[in-house]
Amino acid sequence: MTRVLIIGATSAIAAACARRWATDGAQFMLVGRDAGKLDAVARDLSVRGASATATFVLDALDTDRHGDMLAAAVAALGTIDVALIAHGTLPNQQACQDDVPQTLREFASNATSVIALVTLLASHLERQRHGALAVITSVAGDRGRPSNYVYGSAKAAVSTFCEGLRPRLFKAGVSLTDIRPGFVNTPMTAGLPLPALLVAQPDAVAARIVTGIARRRDVLYVPAFWALILLVVRLLPRTIFKRLSL
Amino acid sequence: MPTLLSWGRYPHAPQTPTPCHWPDDLASGLAAARARGATTLAYGAGLSYGDSGLAASDRVLHTAGLDRFLAADWTTGRLTAQAGVTFEQILSVAIPHGWYLPVSPGTKYVTLGGAIANDVHGKNHHRQGTLGRHVLRLGLRRSDRAPLVCSATEETGLFQATVGGLGLTGLIEWAEVQLTPIRSSHIRSVTQRFDTLDEFFALSATLDLQHEFCVSWIDCGATGPSLGRGVYMAGDFAEHGPLEVATPLRLTLPATPPLSLVNRATVRAFNALYWRRASRTPAVRTGSYDPFFYPLDAVLQWNRIYGPSGFQQYQCVIPEAQARDGIGALLHEIAASGLGSPLAVLKRCGDLASPGLLSFPMAGTTLALDFPHSPRLTHELFPRLDAVVRDAGGRLYPAKDAHMSARDFQASYPAWTTVEALRDPQLLSRFWQRVTQ
Repeated sequence: MTRVLIIGATSAIAAACARRWATDGAQFMLVGRDAGKLDAVARDLSVRGASATATFVLDALDTDRHGDMLAAAVAALGTIDVALIAHGTLPNQQACQDDVPQTLREFASNATSVIALVTLLASHLERQRHGALAVITSVAGDRGRPSNYVYGSAKAAVSTFCEGLRPRLFKAGVSLTDIRPGFVNTPMTAGLPLPALLVAQPDAVAARIVTGIARRRDVLYVPAFWALILLVVRLLPRTIFKRLSL
Repeated sequence: MPTLLSWGRYPHAPQTPTPCHWPDDLASGLAAARARGATTLAYGAGLSYGDSGLAASDRVLHTAGLDRFLAADWTTGRLTAQAGVTFEQILSVAIPHGWYLPVSPGTKYVTLGGAIANDVHGKNHHRQGTLGRHVLRLGLRRSDRAPLVCSATEETGLFQATVGGLGLTGLIEWAEVQLTPIRSSHIRSVTQRFDTLDEFFALSATLDLQHEFCVSWIDCGATGPSLGRGVYMAGDFAEHGPLEVATPLRLTLPATPPLSLVNRATVRAFNALYWRRASRTPAVRTGSYDPFFYPLDAVLQWNRIYGPSGFQQYQCVIPEAQARDGIGALLHEIAASGLGSPLAVLKRCGDLASPGLLSFPMAGTTLALDFPHSPRLTHELFPRLDAVVRDAGGRLYPAKDAHMSARDFQASYPAWTTVEALRDPQLLSRFWQRVTQ
């Protein structure tokens, strides 16, 4: 039985992962901002086979309460086998460009709050000398692009943070998976004019994430073809890149 | 944003979806429609064939994201789920605990909300009636009221109008259904071909009494002495065997061919082959529930085979007393037109009454066939078929319909005025507009 802590448990990708773990009888601590939505996710997972579910209401920006959340998770689960950090927002790049407070808020929800949680959970798993830590970042973190560099740079901060942390955790037998989804059909991307061929469904994305975490992968592009796309994007020379509006 | 069509892809009326993932999204969707001074409609899996699932405004609330289970009691088999949960999902959680859906249509991809709104029936109609008989309670969101719970004892009027109510009496948010116990997920089936329509009625008269699930496929291209030949299939859950969720290999029809692949030649060849393949004497086999109940689910998006013009299904029910003559007359017209398709289904319905005011089945025989869309359907064949159905006192199935006249609808579903009186002012489908306004 897998004991799973999920932060941002009401997000579509996290909930789809949780359903897969639930089918195998996992036990959950579900963390999110909205008590009603958390309860709905918990009930769903119970019917799908979860052996136990607990919830904790937390705004990830409230870093002072991160410690309480971890204490509640340990009380509910005992040992944590998998910790998945999945919360985040998709900023409106145009709106952020002329709005410093909004830019910083978006950076806080996508970067600093995530780094705070990664720091806390990494040390806990390191002490456990067991577990898998997984963080949902984004392909957008691979290179800043004019269409969404607030989001991209926040995700890049988390990815770089994880890159440095991974060797430390490795020595304690703890894996750290940096999950980089491309376009996924979720409430977060609803209404965006995305190219239909590149949009994946949450369940397909979750299948790859759950397997990737079990295999203790370091970096996971989901779906896999994004690794190729981003390779090309990263290799574009700046003289060309700055003339594009990717 | 990608738009949505109905399963038959006719009428071609692309729907702009507003995705709904949480119950509050339903309330805000209704409020937004009211603010626009417009109407909308819930769109679940998009498996209604004609225009009953299309909004009059062409703007729908896409409820497939409301796909959470709310509760399950595996000792009593009572399951509560949000409206967007599909039958496939229900089976995946229920089968391992020894439960099955009380009623299931020919595809497991329908949503619970859509199944209730169309009061679907299945191969066990003669034993279990429609799905509505097994709905214990449902949660409804209306634009003019607080969230409410409807059942046979609470808000009875709205409950009866909502079961089979085509999604017009409010948005179904969740429902509680009574599942049926099974000992095994395997089906012991019997297949036997018949040479004439009379043979079908004879087989059905004896074998329907012995089996839980019965349906027949009929060769709609056969004429003369072969008219009405087909294959009778019956089955029951096996008493012994595994409780296994099927995970069949699934193919997807990747694109829409420029022309319909269903035409007179392919239909004739397929039908003759299919009929000859079936045994003249009863052939018994035991296997998974999936190919028995959901043979077409093996090919995802099979509706694309009909090409860009789409297709129409004609499904009617003829009352018992007129069934033999009525079905015979329909088959005669269809065979003479040469317009049929390989997917022709004949089934005897029982007399168990549904709580739904607009429920389709009645004691009698139902015939369902797909036709590649062509103007000839609307102008030649369907009016002839409609006349046969009208004279026999039968009716058409709104879930499959894209052509029924307002006169026929209002005559064969007299309770429509009650549903209209209870309709949410913010909900309206193209179908309802067509047959009532």
